[in-house]
Amino acid sequence: MSTLSLDAEALYTELRQGVRALLRPELSLVGIWSGGAWLAERLQADLGLAGGHGVLSSSLHRDDFGERGMSASTTSTQLPFSVDGRHILLVDDVLFTGRTIRAALNELFDYGRPASVQLAVLVDRGGRELPVQPAYAAARVVLPAAQRLSLARDDDGRFTFTVQEEH
Amino acid sequence: MLSKRNPQLNKHGELIHLLSIEGLPKAVLTQILDTAGTFLSVNDRDVKKVPLLRGKSVFNLFFENSTRTRTTFEIAAKRLSADVINLDIAKSSTAKGESLVDTIANLSAMHADMFVVRHSESGAPYLIAQHCAPHVHVVNAGDGRHAHPTQGLLDMYTIRHFKKDFSNLTVAIVGDIVHSRVARSDIHALTTLGVPEIRAVGPKTLVPGDLKEMGVRVCHDMAEGIRDADVIIMLRLQNERMSGAMLPSAGEFFKSFGLTDEKLALAKPDAIVMHPGPINRGVEIDSAVADGTHSVILPQVTFGIAVRMAVMSTLAGNEA
Amino acid sequence: MKVLIRNGRVVNPATGRDELADLAVANGRIVTIGSVSPDFQADRDIDARGLVVAPGLVDLAARLREPGHEHEGMLESELNAAAAGGVTSLVCPPDTDPTLDEPGLVDMLKFRARKLSLCRLFPLGALTRGLQGEVLTEMVELTESGCVGFSQAEVPIVNTQVLQRALQYAATYSYTVWLRPQDGSLGGGVAASGSVATRLGLSGVPVIAETIALHTIFELVRATGARVHLCRLSSAAGVELLRRAKAEGLPVTGDVSINSLHLTDVDIGYFNSSMRLNPPLRQQKDREALRAALADGTLDALVSDHTPVDADAKTLPFGEAEPGATGLELLLSMALKWGRESKLSLPETLSRITSKPVQVLGDTLGSLVQSAGQLVEGGVADICLFDPDALWQVKPGVLKSQGKHTPFDFATSGTALPGQVRATLVAGHLAYQAPALA
Repeated sequence: MSTLSLDAEALYTELRQGVRALLRPELSLVGIWSGGAWLAERLQADLGLAGGHGVLSSSLHRDDFGERGMSASTTSTQLPFSVDGRHILLVDDVLFTGRTIRAALNELFDYGRPASVQLAVLVDRGGRELPVQPAYAAARVVLPAAQRLSLARDDDGRFTFTVQEEH
Repeated sequence: MLSKRNPQLNKHGELIHLLSIEGLPKAVLTQILDTAGTFLSVNDRDVKKVPLLRGKSVFNLFFENSTRTRTTFEIAAKRLSADVINLDIAKSSTAKGESLVDTIANLSAMHADMFVVRHSESGAPYLIAQHCAPHVHVVNAGDGRHAHPTQGLLDMYTIRHFKKDFSNLTVAIVGDIVHSRVARSDIHALTTLGVPEIRAVGPKTLVPGDLKEMGVRVCHDMAEGIRDADVIIMLRLQNERMSGAMLPSAGEFFKSFGLTDEKLALAKPDAIVMHPGPINRGVEIDSAVADGTHSVILPQVTFGIAVRMAVMSTLAGNEA
Repeated sequence: MKVLIRNGRVVNPATGRDELADLAVANGRIVTIGSVSPDFQADRDIDARGLVVAPGLVDLAARLREPGHEHEGMLESELNAAAAGGVTSLVCPPDTDPTLDEPGLVDMLKFRARKLSLCRLFPLGALTRGLQGEVLTEMVELTESGCVGFSQAEVPIVNTQVLQRALQYAATYSYTVWLRPQDGSLGGGVAASGSVATRLGLSGVPVIAETIALHTIFELVRATGARVHLCRLSSAAGVELLRRAKAEGLPVTGDVSINSLHLTDVDIGYFNSSMRLNPPLRQQKDREALRAALADGTLDALVSDHTPVDADAKTLPFGEAEPGATGLELLLSMALKWGRESKLSLPETLSRITSKPVQVLGDTLGSLVQSAGQLVEGGVADICLFDPDALWQVKPGVLKSQGKHTPFDFATSGTALPGQVRATLVAGHLAYQAPALA
């Protein structure tokens, strides 16, 4: 366990403010499974947005398939709107190397041609390996590379962070 | 005798070849079915391709002809962005006397990543898996009478799609079970997934008593076999069976064991009717039933592509 | 050559003798068993401390693959394998290419074997020309050339009338007919019918293929009075029919192979083609019945059923693979293993591969019948020295036979086998000696 103390709920409040500033007509929220999807779900409700939010799985376009194989999770992408001509705001919990966002963009473009795509994240932990930039990040932290940071949601819907040591 | 590890699984218990449903843990089967669901949605998109097998070569080795099955594997592989090479074995070097093992060695030297094999001898894919290079995956597309695991899986996917819960179903498999690799794979899958009542229905020449050792109830009476069934799987009756002195005629078979609306009325009102195809209208199944509301024969085909995509992508992601 | 074998445990199964004694050999015969005269000047002195001194083994079924199947075995390699396995006399079936249906072929085979001096060869002649099941062979001429009986090897005679005539003719001269009981039309499968064959989708050979053939054979024996030796029984039902036939007094004997004695259909595993055998491996209860029958004498002899198969013919899908397994070098170990598991004495165990096979062959051995398969003063010096407690692993590199496929290989079984031959004498000279021999 790490000594990092990030208050996920507090950061969510910041995120909500940041996203509110990015809202525009013809915009849809798309959360990346799993943490991003939970955030998008709550943002959709809290911001009172019309239509539905999208959930996106990046697993079919991951670049590490050869090493890690098929992922255990089998959630499918579900987008309750047409992507063509739409402004998309991708939402994710933690932005690190940028590879998940690259895979998410490929998945998104399989559905059509968006007018624009922006990114909002709860935590930007640096360590980028690709040219990916969020329009808004609620927090910027630095963590050892071997630590994996992700969002958890308990039964009451409360957000917390979990940190795991990778081997 | 030393007990050998199932050659389909690596030392971590992950699937590296799909040779038979028998011996696979329930979790492995369920994982493939869940993954297939993901691919089903891919097949509905405009862009039906995902890059999971990009740069990989899939060789279809069909020692026994089957344009249908080969085509579905080809579609599945291409939707995963793989390169597909079809080998027409009858005309190729094997017909000139090259041994099976030599054929495999030559193809491996051409950097094959996956072999999809159909062969008339039970066990042939095991021999291939033993002799191909370590990183190559083998998918059994049907070997003799032994197994047709992708058909078994897509049949299970179909049942799960329409019936949801395996634990309270009655499934009847009707027809030439003793010669059927589809029946064997279905039976193993159904027992692994916990289906409580599996019936094997047909005349004694096609459904011998020792089938019960596989965990099925043997029925030689059609009415008894399909009464209150939730799922009826009709098997194709091959012409050779008539000439092999096992059955007098197609007509007589149809009379006793052919599925008509009248017989179907004995099953549950929401029973589904399945068939691995191609169907012999008027031999094992009436046109009215094949085209009727209980029939899920066409969805089986759609599910078949998604299931094969799931199998290939699962294998490609696991190391020997 | 004069040979002195000292300090060995001399076992003579025919009399039950089992004691420490010395043994002296001269001019191809056993001169003394017991206290050897100090005047005996041995050319070769063998210290057999810790070893068993037994009669050379007599194997009633071993294929040498010559003539015709030289890619699978040569006379030299297979007779060397016999010697390494402690076998000093063997019977070979007539399914060579050409089949042994001409006296000239038999003469040639016996001549070549004699020259090699590794093992005594007793061929079976073909019962019908080319084993086709139509025309009888010249049984008298073939016997004069050295055949000890007549056989159809693995080829069943489909025409019952031909079989009847063949048995009648053989009965005229009291020749023994060696038959494998398998019905021609029911025997086409590649594995034994049962739950394993069903699960694996392999075509099955039902037990009735054996029992129907046995009923037919026994009826013909009753009708013709012919002597029949039944080859490679495989089922409990078959063994029971043989038991009743013997009780009735019919002139029949039977054998079982080392494979059927120790293995079942479950051992096929994941289509292991080393398990592709004729007869096919049956179930547990059949194995138990075969073991009990060999113990109670219903089955007279244990045979190796040595059938070397080319590697290419085994590296095929199960149903296409050629049936057969190498066995000459395993006969002793598989007998010892069965004997220990059945709690039999060493003389009892060894009798199944020495004295009792000789009884099956009877007068066909000529004068040899008095001493082959036995250790008697004045008898032939066919001797096998072995270490009963040694364990060895069956690996292709260790086998002298050209056939390297066996269901008992270490890679498959993970088990070492008991009993290792240290020396084999045929007619008093050393046909084989192990590097470890003192």
